Amino acid sequence: MIRSDILRDIAPVIRDHLVVCNIGLPSQELHLIDDQPTNFYMLGTMGLSSSIGLGVALAQDKKVISIDGDGSVLTNFGTLPTIANNVAHNFILLIIDNGSYGSTGDQPTYAGKKTSLTAVALACGCEQVVECKAEDTKKALEDALASNKMTIIVSKCESGNIKVPVITMDPVVIRDRFMKQVKS
Amino acid sequence: MSVNEKIVSDLVANKVEFVTTVPCKQLAGVIEKIDECKNIYHIPSNKEDEGMGLCAGAFMGGKRPAIIMQNTAIGVTINTLVTLTQYYRMPLPMLISYRGELGEPVACQVEMAVHTKALLAQLNIPTYHFHHEDDVNEFDAILKHTFMCNKPVAILTDASFWKGY
Repeated sequence: MIRSDILRDIAPVIRDHLVVCNIGLPSQELHLIDDQPTNFYMLGTMGLSSSIGLGVALAQDKKVISIDGDGSVLTNFGTLPTIANNVAHNFILLIIDNGSYGSTGDQPTYAGKKTSLTAVALACGCEQVVECKAEDTKKALEDALASNKMTIIVSKCESGNIKVPVITMDPVVIRDRFMKQVKS
Repeated sequence: MSVNEKIVSDLVANKVEFVTTVPCKQLAGVIEKIDECKNIYHIPSNKEDEGMGLCAGAFMGGKRPAIIMQNTAIGVTINTLVTLTQYYRMPLPMLISYRGELGEPVACQVEMAVHTKALLAQLNIPTYHFHHEDDVNEFDAILKHTFMCNKPVAILTDASFWKGY
């Protein structure tokens, strides 16, 4: 399974929750598969999906799922200690770990080599960290949502991309409709 | 009321409830007051762009955010300011210690100080410079302005303002 297969699989689970989605292909794929006003698509700023999601989760009570990638977490490594030390039980960080920088041409990341993001998250102090196979991601997400505990999921999948159009929606529209869902 | 107390009191009066900080010697006192303030959720960040991500999220979650950081952070955060805060039109008061100005003992700090205002001007970020202690009286109006216009706004605070550190 590649990332877009996981997104198709989990779309029915995440569509009723606030979702912050990583820049580039992940956002474009989610937008194509199941565009929802509850989705905040990042059009820039690689690495900040987990930070934005944690901020949303700390500011209000609805559940928030940040969809991130291994490359993006490596870009913003400082996010894991911040998450661990500012526990928001309405926050789930889903790291789709395909061991590559997918949006830029599948260059390998260190997470696909010696570095285990699961071990790093645990070392940073995150208390509920689940590593799963791609096909078990949906179940891991459902369990995390049911647990009402802040959870980091590291979903190990194959690298690879599908052809998707870029998102042409205006950023202020993306932000505005997301904020209306927060308030609804 | 001390300068630090005035800053925190203005933040609270303007309903700023979520503040992220990356420390600087000049800012130690105000960061301590923020940490003590019951009306503000203080979330230290490891890097300033991470902090701006947290603030973007908090804003969308319904809380008014602010970031406290050193001017060296302008060099770190240009991409985030442009493609997140400005692109999505989000308000962000940035209380910035303006290192490298008169009274600065560390020569390297001057290297970033000489670029600070030019970079902020290039980014079209409204910028205010607190040099005298009384300048803090404008802080309340600057906060109101920031949340009125939905922009990142810089408040540079130099060593003279902080009376050394």
